[in-house]
Amino acid sequence: MARAVTTQRKALNTALAWLVGLVIFFPILWTILTSFKTEAEAIANPPIILFFDWTLENYGVVQERSNYVRFLWNSVIIAGGSTLLGILIAIPAAWSMAFVPSRRTKDILLWMLSTKMLPAVGVLYPIYLLCIQLGVLDNRIALVVILMLINLPIIVWMLYTYFKEIPGEILEAARMDGAGLKEELLYVLTPMAVPGIASTILLNFILAWNEAFWTLNLTSVDAAPLTAFIASYSSPEGLFFAKLSAASTMAIAPILILGWFSQKQLVRGLTFGAVK
Amino acid sequence: MSPKTVLRASTALALCISTSAAMAQDTTITIATVNNGDMIRMQGYTDRFTEETGINVEWVTLEENVLRQRVTTDITTNGGQFDIMTIGMYEAPIWGANGWLVPLDNLSEDYNVDDILPAMRGGLSHDGTLYAAPFYGESSMVMYRTDLMEAAGLEMPAAPTWDFIREAAAAMTDRENDINGICLRGKPGWGEGGAFINAMANSFGARVVDENWQAQLDSEAWANTLNFFNGMMQESGPAAFATNGFNENLSLFNQGLCGMWIDATVAASFVTNPNDSEVADSVGFALAPDNGLGPRSNWLWAWALAIPAGTQQSDAALQFIEWATSADYIELVAENEGWANVPPGARQSLYDNPNYAAVPFAQMTLDSILSANPSEPTVDPVPYTGIQFMAIPEFAGFWTEVSQEFSNAYAGQQTVEEALARAQDIVNEALEAAGYQ
Repeated sequence: MARAVTTQRKALNTALAWLVGLVIFFPILWTILTSFKTEAEAIANPPIILFFDWTLENYGVVQERSNYVRFLWNSVIIAGGSTLLGILIAIPAAWSMAFVPSRRTKDILLWMLSTKMLPAVGVLYPIYLLCIQLGVLDNRIALVVILMLINLPIIVWMLYTYFKEIPGEILEAARMDGAGLKEELLYVLTPMAVPGIASTILLNFILAWNEAFWTLNLTSVDAAPLTAFIASYSSPEGLFFAKLSAASTMAIAPILILGWFSQKQLVRGLTFGAVK
Repeated sequence: MSPKTVLRASTALALCISTSAAMAQDTTITIATVNNGDMIRMQGYTDRFTEETGINVEWVTLEENVLRQRVTTDITTNGGQFDIMTIGMYEAPIWGANGWLVPLDNLSEDYNVDDILPAMRGGLSHDGTLYAAPFYGESSMVMYRTDLMEAAGLEMPAAPTWDFIREAAAAMTDRENDINGICLRGKPGWGEGGAFINAMANSFGARVVDENWQAQLDSEAWANTLNFFNGMMQESGPAAFATNGFNENLSLFNQGLCGMWIDATVAASFVTNPNDSEVADSVGFALAPDNGLGPRSNWLWAWALAIPAGTQQSDAALQFIEWATSADYIELVAENEGWANVPPGARQSLYDNPNYAAVPFAQMTLDSILSANPSEPTVDPVPYTGIQFMAIPEFAGFWTEVSQEFSNAYAGQQTVEEALARAQDIVNEALEAAGYQ
């Protein structure tokens, strides 16, 4: 029998949850607020939180100096493309590992994850030289493939975890009813794992959106995404915090909005199978 | 000449002109640069260059460390992503020696290469060949609050000693009002706190290595340098000085929380700009301090434009470099934004100009640049050139590690002696591995 939760305890939990949420969100809030300040107000000590002369000047400067839409479009293509390509490859891979495991499945999964432990800079030169040879430096397709490969272990792992929660008997029943492999994957497994697939897509989209090593090192003009857009406002000699904050706000806005509207799916997917 | 010949000649001429105009219209150069104020200003005037020449310009602006990694990767692999790179005095001679840069030995007469300040030209050359044209140059100097100095009953000499600076810092410190007598860089990084302490050590008679590339960080001169710096900053510096770099100190100074700040001369235009600085009308300037041993503690640096050897557009790139680093460009900026905002420290003609002489920090900037000697930076001889850096490829790596050890000592995580002992090992190991020893 579940324990009755007192109103006081509920209020305390709610307050605590709000406090933790605020602490986590505070840096983003601070960035957004700073983007509406002047450069002098941005560095004021003690810091001014709300009572300053709100201005859109920084957004105007950023808009004038940079082609935001081009950076945004590149981010969408690179993050979206790498995520979708990764999902297409990972669904069959995770299916085979979850429902037709071999003796080596666990080892393969661990090996795949271990590739994430290699520092990216260790393979910068080989990949850079490959891109030169193939003529794909500063190319969106090259980044789609590279980011897909980087995130593939996480996608496979996540999908594998979700698929393991689905009873194998359902798939067997489908097979007995005459479903082939294609039908089994498309019409039985995928619809049942929609929350898991959706959260995998969202998480990997966010990871690819925020990826800043390869996107900075392999692009210059044509394929530069929003990470390069932000980097162009960071200065070692000069205080441009307000402009940097405006650029950061513009860069994170699309992903924040996407996260806000899909939070239900995201939470459902991330907690899928957590409580039995 | 027959009318037929005239007709043929004019047709050929028209074809040549239209072809070259079309080629110029199609030419686009890509420039990698840093997000510093003068560079951003230059981007704003690029349309004028395009109007004049028909050459389009694409900018790739990156944070300094990202830019360094990005252009190094590209130039060492012959990637050809950039037609012009913004590099510093550290990279120019090394990359020039490696054949990675196009020599700038065919600059036009109008450009007047002899107008470039000798210190800048020397620092951006290898074996007498110029490999990068300075866009702006800087040294370091003392920027101080004239009102606080007066209230402390002191007068800043034009060329102060370290002892005076320490005494003045203590006198100006007002902990109750959060005023720090002095703000200096303590942040790890060879170009941050590492640059400052290296230049300061020169004035204390210290050197990183001897003539045989043996590390000298276990010397008494280095112990004196670090103990003096740490002691003075503990007495009169900001609480978090171990993590403060250029921007942090600029922020403190502009808010009126520093009595003195010794840093890049380029900061002078920021601290005297009333839009950004609360103390713009009470800032004085002096040469970086010394100890009477010869070298002062100022450095020398330039942000310069260079053409990577892998580019297919070297002619267009050279045209841009001539335009952006010319005396005419300086005039263009002065006309539109005032003399205080022109890129400083590159050309002698700027300092001969009476309009620029009226700018309060102009003369001190020039004096600081002229007093820096990268060929003989230390009291005792050294086998390298460079003041705040050694012009060898390995320096950036090992000095970043050394500066981390120093910052740990400033933060109280180890003693100065322990930091210097570790630094000695780091430098010796790096130089031995690279084959210098």
